[in-house]
Amino acid sequence: MTVSPPLDLSPKVSDEVRKTTCYMCACRCGIDVHLKDGKVAYIEGNRDHPVNQGVLCAKGSAGIMQVNAPSRLRAPLKRVGPRGSGEFEEIGWDEALDIAVGWMQPLRESAPEKLAFFTGRDQSQSFTSFWAQNFGTPNYAAHGGFCSVNMAAGGIYTMGGAFWEFGQPDWDHTKLFMLFGVAEDHDSNPIKMGIGKIKARGAKVIGVNPVRTGYNAVADEWVSITPGTDGLFILALVHELMKAGKIDLEYLAQYTNAPVLIDSETGLFLRDADDKPLVIDAVTGTLTPFDQKGVRPNLSATHNGHRTVMALMAEKYLGPQYAPEAVAEATGVSADKIKRIAAELARVAFEEAVVLDQAWTDFRGDHHTQMVGRPVSMHAMRGISAHSNGFQTCRALHILQILLGTVETPGGFRFKPPYPKPVEAHPTPHCHTKPNCPLDGPHLGFVRGPEDLALKEDGSPARIDKAFTWENPMSAHGLMHMVISNAHAGDPYKIDTLFLYMANMSWNSSMNTRGVIEMLTDTDENGDYVIPHIIYSDAYSSEMVAYADLILPDTTYLERHDCISLLDRPICEADGAADAIRWPVIEPDRDVRGFQTVLVQLANKMKLPGFTDETGAAKYTDYADYIVNHERKPGIGPLMGHRGESADEVGRGAVNPDQMDHYIEDGGFFVHHVPEEASYYKPWNMAYQKWAVDLGLFDSPQPYLFQLYSEPMRKFQRAAEGHGDRQPPDHMRERLKQVMDPLPFWYPPFEDAHIDINEYPIHALTQRPMAMYHSWGTQNAWLRQLHGENPLFIPKELWDEHGFKDGDWARVTSAHGTITVPVALQAALNGRTVWTWNAIGKRKGAWALSEDAPEASKGFLLNHLIHELLPPKGDGLRWSNSDPITGQAAWFDLRVKIEKVSAPLESQPAFGPIKSPVGQGPGKLAWKVGK
Amino acid sequence: MTSLPEKTEKKLGLVIDLDTCVGCHACVISCKGWNTENYGAPLSDQRPYGTDPMGTFLNRVHSYEVQPDSGQAQTVHFPKSCLHCEDAPCVTVCPTGASYKRSEDGIVLVNETDCIGCGLCAWACPYGARELDQAEGVMKKCTLCVDRIYNENLPEVDREPACVRTCPAGARHFGDFADPESNVSKLTAERGGMDLMPELGTKPVNKYLPPRPKDAWDGEEDILAPFLTPVAEEPSGFLGWLDKQLSRLPGDGKTDS
Repeated sequence: MTVSPPLDLSPKVSDEVRKTTCYMCACRCGIDVHLKDGKVAYIEGNRDHPVNQGVLCAKGSAGIMQVNAPSRLRAPLKRVGPRGSGEFEEIGWDEALDIAVGWMQPLRESAPEKLAFFTGRDQSQSFTSFWAQNFGTPNYAAHGGFCSVNMAAGGIYTMGGAFWEFGQPDWDHTKLFMLFGVAEDHDSNPIKMGIGKIKARGAKVIGVNPVRTGYNAVADEWVSITPGTDGLFILALVHELMKAGKIDLEYLAQYTNAPVLIDSETGLFLRDADDKPLVIDAVTGTLTPFDQKGVRPNLSATHNGHRTVMALMAEKYLGPQYAPEAVAEATGVSADKIKRIAAELARVAFEEAVVLDQAWTDFRGDHHTQMVGRPVSMHAMRGISAHSNGFQTCRALHILQILLGTVETPGGFRFKPPYPKPVEAHPTPHCHTKPNCPLDGPHLGFVRGPEDLALKEDGSPARIDKAFTWENPMSAHGLMHMVISNAHAGDPYKIDTLFLYMANMSWNSSMNTRGVIEMLTDTDENGDYVIPHIIYSDAYSSEMVAYADLILPDTTYLERHDCISLLDRPICEADGAADAIRWPVIEPDRDVRGFQTVLVQLANKMKLPGFTDETGAAKYTDYADYIVNHERKPGIGPLMGHRGESADEVGRGAVNPDQMDHYIEDGGFFVHHVPEEASYYKPWNMAYQKWAVDLGLFDSPQPYLFQLYSEPMRKFQRAAEGHGDRQPPDHMRERLKQVMDPLPFWYPPFEDAHIDINEYPIHALTQRPMAMYHSWGTQNAWLRQLHGENPLFIPKELWDEHGFKDGDWARVTSAHGTITVPVALQAALNGRTVWTWNAIGKRKGAWALSEDAPEASKGFLLNHLIHELLPPKGDGLRWSNSDPITGQAAWFDLRVKIEKVSAPLESQPAFGPIKSPVGQGPGKLAWKVGK
Repeated sequence: MTSLPEKTEKKLGLVIDLDTCVGCHACVISCKGWNTENYGAPLSDQRPYGTDPMGTFLNRVHSYEVQPDSGQAQTVHFPKSCLHCEDAPCVTVCPTGASYKRSEDGIVLVNETDCIGCGLCAWACPYGARELDQAEGVMKKCTLCVDRIYNENLPEVDREPACVRTCPAGARHFGDFADPESNVSKLTAERGGMDLMPELGTKPVNKYLPPRPKDAWDGEEDILAPFLTPVAEEPSGFLGWLDKQLSRLPGDGKTDS
């Protein structure tokens, strides 16, 4: 037997641990950053953090390669070659800020809308929107329009909250979890933790997704749905459950607008003199406002020919078009399987109810001794929403949840503060612009009807992206994917300066990538660029850098201050409000500045109101100063914790200059728990409402009913029918009448009607892998070894039909374009669908990769196949390839045909290299910072 | 030739749950981060920003498709690292004694000072669990984070392998298989934990929990049909049913207390 050699079992782990918030994706997990000699030695999850409770995904652990990435920009850059060449000279910050102010200040003084400021995957939207509002341009949004606005807006309009940041399954009590169309990188750690937790106790997971990878690989039951038909599948479940009476009548009567009477003439709610929707009380049989004490609304009453929402739903959803047999072919899901799932939903919801002995009082003043729950939970995201029928599909999903009585009840879906929040508690959009003035209010909001559209007096769009117009009335997140296209076309008007942050618009963040590159470089008859000035901020040498005139280099996430704020997209959990910070756990070794600090500096130079006082003196020196000292309303600022002179006030309280230090001491976050009595039934639970008011989420209680029937949508439909002062153009009327149906319905994705689906029979999708995220980081040295290539995955049926073999290539053609790419077989895939990993393909010269890197030679984007406009209809109009209600980019409507071709030298289309402003990364790495 | 201990006091190892592993690679990168900074030479990467990037990893996740005889294809994510075999052929083949199995806890390690990088152990390991670091020329493998699990500079709760601490799905468990009452022994017993390629006689310590049966509903007798019995023959009968239900609502008789 050998003797074990001596071994140091207790080596020193680090000199110091600094706790901050991850930014390798949008999950905002807490991280412990171990430092040795001031350098990052190791990153692990923060066990105390509400989001990740100690765990950390591959991206999070690979952050160490992100802060050391060779693609980090080093100093402000001024373009010296033509746009797209990548030729820059490094300049100092004074010069950079002067150039930016030199372009923007004259616009503010003459026509503020000529600045378009879009902030991509920004996590500081309450701040960046505040900046844009004070500049005075109506042209501001972040990336929601090309991401998942259908899910967010569908949730808020239907039930006053949505998934992810706004709500979560009740992982502790749920017995059946149904996951629809979620990309693998989405809500990364919480979903994995949740699935692990429920599987450990034997609860079932149903995955509804054309692709069986990731979460769907561990789903107990897989529904290999055909893309774009989720709404049809969901409404077939609704059909079966309603037909069998497996719906929660008590819940529907008390907490939703199912019993509200609809005026048979207008389709609007019957209301009393105080504007309260009316119901028939089942006890007294009289017409009464919905919210009176003791009222038991009758679901099936009629009144002078006016019927309830429930009756309209029965008429709509019990019809034969939503029978399982009728939808089986289109959805690719057999009628038996649909029925089996419906039966399981019914069984778990009604036979396995969760009952908590927790008393509570509802908004009517009625006292309940228990909290009864239907332990079916659901989650969905971009897969169901990135279609031109996505908004109605998202609404349909929430209708299904609500019919089962699973929203805000034990075992179902739970909101996270500041949600639940009715549409009425959100702002409406604002767009009125005047030189040297702030905008008249927040840019983005929730329209209640045509009166809230962002139109000019002549009826033309007020915003460059045409958000909140008849083409997409409820575009709550704007349409970032239309900005460059519209600005180039001068439709609705020309702009002067395009100011972008953290969005790779000349590559994977745009539809029609080559077209966008041409728009960015196009010149007018004088030889001037059609979009005269482009300013871009990014931390890394992305593809977009080459197409800007001025680069404002950002820091990495470990070198900056941030706040993940209740005013924005906080890190709350269902049991508590929570917010967090980032702080510089290391100092930058380059001449870079946090973008938000740069915005403060630009605002100070331009003396923007909100940032400067009456004398023109700056209120804030940098972003950290703003985070601590800004008050949105008296006593309410970006961070809720440690407010007031003694640092013990929560939510409302005076500015505390030491607030940031308290956050740092406490691990970078702050949690304020929801009382037990307020845990569920939050929209109607007066204990929750009181807690929310005390915290400053609302100024008064905001109880409300879930909106199965959407009155704002009906108002747009009525306008299209000719009612009201604000009228749509005639060419929009038919579409509005159809799509603004106040009850969810399914219609085929628009692309299907514009192309020959026999010629293009195959659906094409993308998703991002769990170990990569978007393109806002670099091609991380460790992560790219996991996902450095992205073949087109092809199902067995098509693989055999085309005679593909390993190593083959395919030409993939859509109505818009052609790509030639490597293929791979995947059997666990819907037989009419192909897909690939998004944003693995890179442009030569970007990201400090070598030009022969697989990302640049074999990697590819599906974006080349997708146009931002639908094919011309011959009417001379530019119809956006978006959801007609919210404007969400309809990425997943794409249809293609494929053919086997001989292998080219590299994926097509191939683009020429751009000159790297940072050179190339090293040829080898052996990373160890300690001795 | 290097000899194995006749018996180890503990049998430390991992249970990996293939039913919940979503293939996220969190364990792979957490392992890389801890082990490049700690035990022995760093885990180097060749061409980290170039073509064919290739680095040393002590733990990798492979994904396989499974096509059952009938029904839908499945995807299985399969994390793989050293299994710390009781009869570790990588140890007995080592010509210098660099590879060894600890008698205290059964962890198989490489003493890098004695390793000549001959690669015999990687050849002998049937699981492909060892990688020769290209920069350093020494053999690298899973250490079960021997420099974490006893590390007095770490809080007790963190004295577990980096891959276990980080796994978001809770699919990785660490413990002592010599103790029948340990979490890993119990999980293995309850869930039918399996050896990888037991026919080779390597007696791996790590165990895999098999995926639960999938797609059990497909083609199943419709035992749940009663849950979907229509409440009325015709759609128009739904409202009549609704009327009748209203008198039975659980809220009936509720008083304004």
